[in-house]
Amino acid sequence: MTWAAIFVAAIGCYLLKLTGLSVPQHILEHPKVQQLAVLLPVALLSALIFVQTFAEREHLVVDARAAGVAVGVIAVILRAPFLVVLTLAAATAALLRVL
Amino acid sequence: MDRRYPAAMATDDRDVIRDGIVVGLATGAYGLSFGALSDAAGLSLLQTCALSLLVFTGASQFALAAVIGGGGAPMTGAATAILLGVRHALYGLRLSRILKVRGWRRAGAAQLVIDESSAMSFRDDDHQSRLGFWWTGLAVFVFWNLATLIGALGAQTLSDPTVLGLDAAAPAAFVALLAPRMRSRQTWILAILAGLVAIAAVPLVPAGVPVLVAAGSAALVSWRMNLKEPLDGDTTRNDAATVAGRMQKDPTEEPS
Repeated sequence: MTWAAIFVAAIGCYLLKLTGLSVPQHILEHPKVQQLAVLLPVALLSALIFVQTFAEREHLVVDARAAGVAVGVIAVILRAPFLVVLTLAAATAALLRVL
Repeated sequence: MDRRYPAAMATDDRDVIRDGIVVGLATGAYGLSFGALSDAAGLSLLQTCALSLLVFTGASQFALAAVIGGGGAPMTGAATAILLGVRHALYGLRLSRILKVRGWRRAGAAQLVIDESSAMSFRDDDHQSRLGFWWTGLAVFVFWNLATLIGALGAQTLSDPTVLGLDAAAPAAFVALLAPRMRSRQTWILAILAGLVAIAAVPLVPAGVPVLVAAGSAALVSWRMNLKEPLDGDTTRNDAATVAGRMQKDPTEEPS
């Protein structure tokens, strides 16, 4: 199933890229469509953040992950580079699990 | 040539190419983290590399790996990945005017439509815009895929990659990707709404679905909204250092 999902994602993402290059411009220029394209990633990323931080299958937990993400948030606020943010978050979670 | 700008500010083709390669390297560097994260999520080396080769979109790849790692049905991960790719259709709108490609070249160009190549295609004249697109797109493709392979191989050498705390790295990555998009109170409201809907849905639906439920709710809400912030960012700073600096903080930022 994972391979099927990979191919579905690949085809879907590719078609979106190709569509933009191919479709009549008046459709994509609709302000609501452009607004949706800006806001959809915001909603998706936010949902992913909450689910990836607090969800364990179908339960909600607060564990070392949450602490790691909290440190990541601070790093982002402090404008740390992407890889530094990830490293600090991972290191925090790993450290808490060892202690 | 555009006569509005003094000659001192004009860039030549070599600068455009060099900038593209620099952005390619910077973007490729965090392909390392994707490779490691994907491996930690349980995807095989081949699957990880396939994602970088075929999907070739940072946020979508992270999302797919994260959903699978969290135990969600892979197809919900695919749906999330596709939704995160909707903005690429808008990039193509502008790029189609500049690239003027048909047939196989358009098919190839489509694969390279990503945030970075779109951002680097904002140049004074069409020729340099095309150079910026192609060189950046190709550089990112090469380095992103190489780095993915190295990152995945590196993670595999450990018996339990989660001991590295990589399961906290994925949501942290999403925080870093989200931060530059929080430009107005309306986006904050939407983000918080989406987060709460997703959290509320976790005990109610299978893993992976809460994100889609939140996205659906947000899509309905956003259709009714009137966004006060401009949809296009500042287009004056597109030199390599600024773009690379932005890409470091947000690899999937919209072109500005």
